[in-house]
Amino acid sequence: MAKQHVTAVINGEETEFLCETQQTMLDVLRDVIGLTGSKEGCASGDCGACSVIVDGRLVCSCLMLGVEAEGKTITTIEGVADGETLHPVQQKFLEHAALQCGFCTPGLIVAAKALLDENPNPTETEARYWLAGNLCRCTGYDKVIRAVMDAAAVMRGEAAR
Amino acid sequence: MSSLSYAAPTTVDEAVKLLAGASGLAKVLSGGTDLLVQLRAGRLKPDLIVDTKKIPGIIGIRKGSDGGFVIGAATPGAEVEANAELNAAWPGIVEALDLIGSTQVQGRCSLAGNLCNASPAADSVPALFAAGAIAVVVGGKGKREVPVEQIPTGPGRTSLGKDEFILEFKLPPRGARSGDAYLRFIPRTEMDIAVVGCGINVTLDEKGVCTAARVALGAVSPTVIMVPEAAQVLVGHTLDADTLAKLDAAAQAAAKPITDKRGTVEYRKKVAGVLARRVAAIAFDRAQGKTNGKAH
Repeated sequence: MAKQHVTAVINGEETEFLCETQQTMLDVLRDVIGLTGSKEGCASGDCGACSVIVDGRLVCSCLMLGVEAEGKTITTIEGVADGETLHPVQQKFLEHAALQCGFCTPGLIVAAKALLDENPNPTETEARYWLAGNLCRCTGYDKVIRAVMDAAAVMRGEAAR
Repeated sequence: MSSLSYAAPTTVDEAVKLLAGASGLAKVLSGGTDLLVQLRAGRLKPDLIVDTKKIPGIIGIRKGSDGGFVIGAATPGAEVEANAELNAAWPGIVEALDLIGSTQVQGRCSLAGNLCNASPAADSVPALFAAGAIAVVVGGKGKREVPVEQIPTGPGRTSLGKDEFILEFKLPPRGARSGDAYLRFIPRTEMDIAVVGCGINVTLDEKGVCTAARVALGAVSPTVIMVPEAAQVLVGHTLDADTLAKLDAAAQAAAKPITDKRGTVEYRKKVAGVLARRVAAIAFDRAQGKTNGKAH
């Protein structure tokens, strides 16, 4: 079958690409469009390193076909910052040193952003359950949770940036 | 070069024609959280993928003409969980679906996918069985309504024809003093597959005596199973110690599990009895308006 032509809004920009049916959205992001921030950890939806936001919902881009992106609005890690200004979640990940090797970090930041978009005032338990699908093999979860809770407070205007 | 074709039809008729006309294996795509893993692993080599999500009504929740809920087959878990009315009427179905995978998986996974993937350990399926849900199946011969327990026929196998797929699920109108619940046992708190799962749906009279019950067990047989013997134990009784003991025994007797890395036969049977007791207690409480929030 010939490649399929797909049009989607990716990080605010209308984007056209060609892909084969079996290429996942993650394959398309990394290998076709060149957005390599989203990582392939497991390729089976278990690790969350490829997390993106599609029409407001957090999904694993490895569990979505590229052709399914037609007409969708997608945010990847590359679209989280506002130009040169880091998103509060990104800023707090730096301040709390909430990463070691960094491979899980793009997925964690996208997932945390999706959480705070939906629930600006999560409890720590809610944040931990929300992020349970983002695996960190360096086991840095506590710092991640502190960064997310701190970012939430910043976004609510209750803490300094 | 790829030989895998993709189609995203916008009508049922178009989708049925595509499935019927496929030369090789055709797979229906809803959320894809199982299908894409199977494609990637090479376990499935379809020639055609029919994405049903553009068919009107296949995503969304509405009230049917009889007052019961109608849930679109491909409605993602996150959308089901956000529906307050459905949560109030069928908390067991919602909590069962909510147990599938991570937040990311919830953004895509669907009731139809969970049912048609036909895993014996599928979390939402015992709850759908217990609820008496009806699958609205569409195909070349038109539309038919099938009790959900007639859909899975074995691990990874269903009773659906080549040109058939599920369009939506109908839940019966919710009467007074009714409640449902689902629990699964896993050795950790999140992100695991059921060692045993149990869904129970009951209706009580004013005195708390059970007048109707449906009990389903997961992960103890090649498919999720209905356990009418366990339901019979409940009908005509309040949830006293004697009834609970009989329910436990009936669940254990119905469980025909295998030994694998998640548990032995003996262990799974024991857990089936324990879960049945706990799920019944939650369902009875909910039927009597004693809301205790989520069951897990």
